[in-house]
Amino acid sequence: MDQLQLAELVERYLKGEMDIAERQAFEQMRMNQPELDQMVVEFHYFLEEMDRYGEIRRFKSNLYDTHHTLQESGEIKELQLDTKARIINMWNKYRRVVAVAASIAGITAIFISGMLSLFTPKAPFDDIEELRRKVSNLEKQSSNQRAEFNRFKTKIEPGTDVKFGGTSFLIDAKGYLITSAHVIKGAKKIYVQSPAGEDLLAEIVHQDQNADLAILRINDADFEAPRQLPYGFSQSQTGLSEFVYTLGYPRNEIVYNEGYLSAKTGLGGDTMSCQISISANPGNSGGPVINKNGEIIGILNARQTSANGVVFATKIKQVYQLVSELKDADKDLNIKLRNASSLKGVSKSQQVNKVQEHVYMVKVVLG
Amino acid sequence: MAITEQELEIFRAVGNNEKTAIESVYKENYTLIQHFVVSNNGSEDDARDIFQEAMMVLYEKSRQQDFELTCQIRTYLYSVCRRLWLKKLQHNRRIESQVENFDRIVPVEEDIEEHEKLNGQYLIMRTAMGKIGEPCKSLIEAFYVHRKNMQEIAGYFGYTNADNAKNQKYKCLVRLKKLFFAQYKNA
Repeated sequence: MDQLQLAELVERYLKGEMDIAERQAFEQMRMNQPELDQMVVEFHYFLEEMDRYGEIRRFKSNLYDTHHTLQESGEIKELQLDTKARIINMWNKYRRVVAVAASIAGITAIFISGMLSLFTPKAPFDDIEELRRKVSNLEKQSSNQRAEFNRFKTKIEPGTDVKFGGTSFLIDAKGYLITSAHVIKGAKKIYVQSPAGEDLLAEIVHQDQNADLAILRINDADFEAPRQLPYGFSQSQTGLSEFVYTLGYPRNEIVYNEGYLSAKTGLGGDTMSCQISISANPGNSGGPVINKNGEIIGILNARQTSANGVVFATKIKQVYQLVSELKDADKDLNIKLRNASSLKGVSKSQQVNKVQEHVYMVKVVLG
Repeated sequence: MAITEQELEIFRAVGNNEKTAIESVYKENYTLIQHFVVSNNGSEDDARDIFQEAMMVLYEKSRQQDFELTCQIRTYLYSVCRRLWLKKLQHNRRIESQVENFDRIVPVEEDIEEHEKLNGQYLIMRTAMGKIGEPCKSLIEAFYVHRKNMQEIAGYFGYTNADNAKNQKYKCLVRLKKLFFAQYKNA
């Protein structure tokens, strides 16, 4: 009997879907064939685990939804700790450390100033002018150097087959980017080009073809991590007709476009995505869809070729889920999606100005 | 404090994954746990993670035949969260601080150990699921997680009829089983 038939039989047997005669025949078979019996036991265990897996996933998704709803209705909210209490707390905790550090600093300072006054030669006055000129010379030189640095040399070797794939943006200031999975399909090497024009090497952390999402990490010594991302990741549903905008690289230059949410589901009623009326072109894939508060609500991923301005985006909820799944699997993975946007109430052009610093062009080198 | 019949009812309902019960437990206890975690070196995200993990423990306990709830849900959740959070603090080797005290705590050490074991098994299955690839992953999820019937699945994945979908499901299942046991031996 092949595994396929066996799987079906065992599942029906375990779920009690067999009638009495069939059941008895099956049990007889088990008695007579120890290797079949062994397989049944194995399958039994596996199917139990499978069911349990399903239950846990359902429970987790219920927990997630509940958190979401309660947060939306305002029944749970971020805790505002009394800052004073917090500082006192910290002071109490670090009092000893601070005291030790302060006394070391004090002693060192006294020692150094003593040494300085002891060893400093008495400088003649006419040295000072020259010194100043040297500084201004230095300044000139360093500004020249800066200009040189700004003309980034591309790291991509000439003659490599580069496909200007699409757009990505930071989801965590530590250098984690998100983009659409189809953008990096078949990639041998991935570079992301910063808004300043610098190519940075990136690696794939995870890709989920089903949700069309991929997480990349910039793995390049030249990457300077921003202190904080200005935008947040929306936790609430966006309403129909709400204003949204996107930034992306349909050409070698960052391009802004705006539109509105036109349907809460994607193609064919797909609940993982939503429909947006916006003008987008190849290359916009993987770009952020942002609402008026500066919160990311989705990732652009496709457009309908038969109609104009019909574009689909993967909902941000999928990103939340993906990240939490990844974190479950790898406890050391430190990706945090910020909820709060610091762009609320900020004018559109200022928002775009801030956001665009964190939107990267994805360049894929095909293998 | 004695446990009310209503409390036991909610406890049972959590084990059945009933949304209203989960919501009521969430509403009544989240702020307490949030306050505990945030005022002990934790972030908002930590608070959510810890609370949800404790909810998982509660869920597992509720499904367990031989477990009897002997204290209020609130006390139980608080005890679990406290233990989990302390463990995490120690794991991260953050400065061990005097965690603020709470009068009613029940021993939950064993429950957490058990939860970690169960969670390990869950993670094995998840890794196997992560390796199986599409369309198998979606197909199996549709059946075992989202509990769609074969007719719906056939429609959704574009199979001509339910039998074809069923065949495909078993093919995937056999593959997943192999991956699962391979993973299981490694773990």
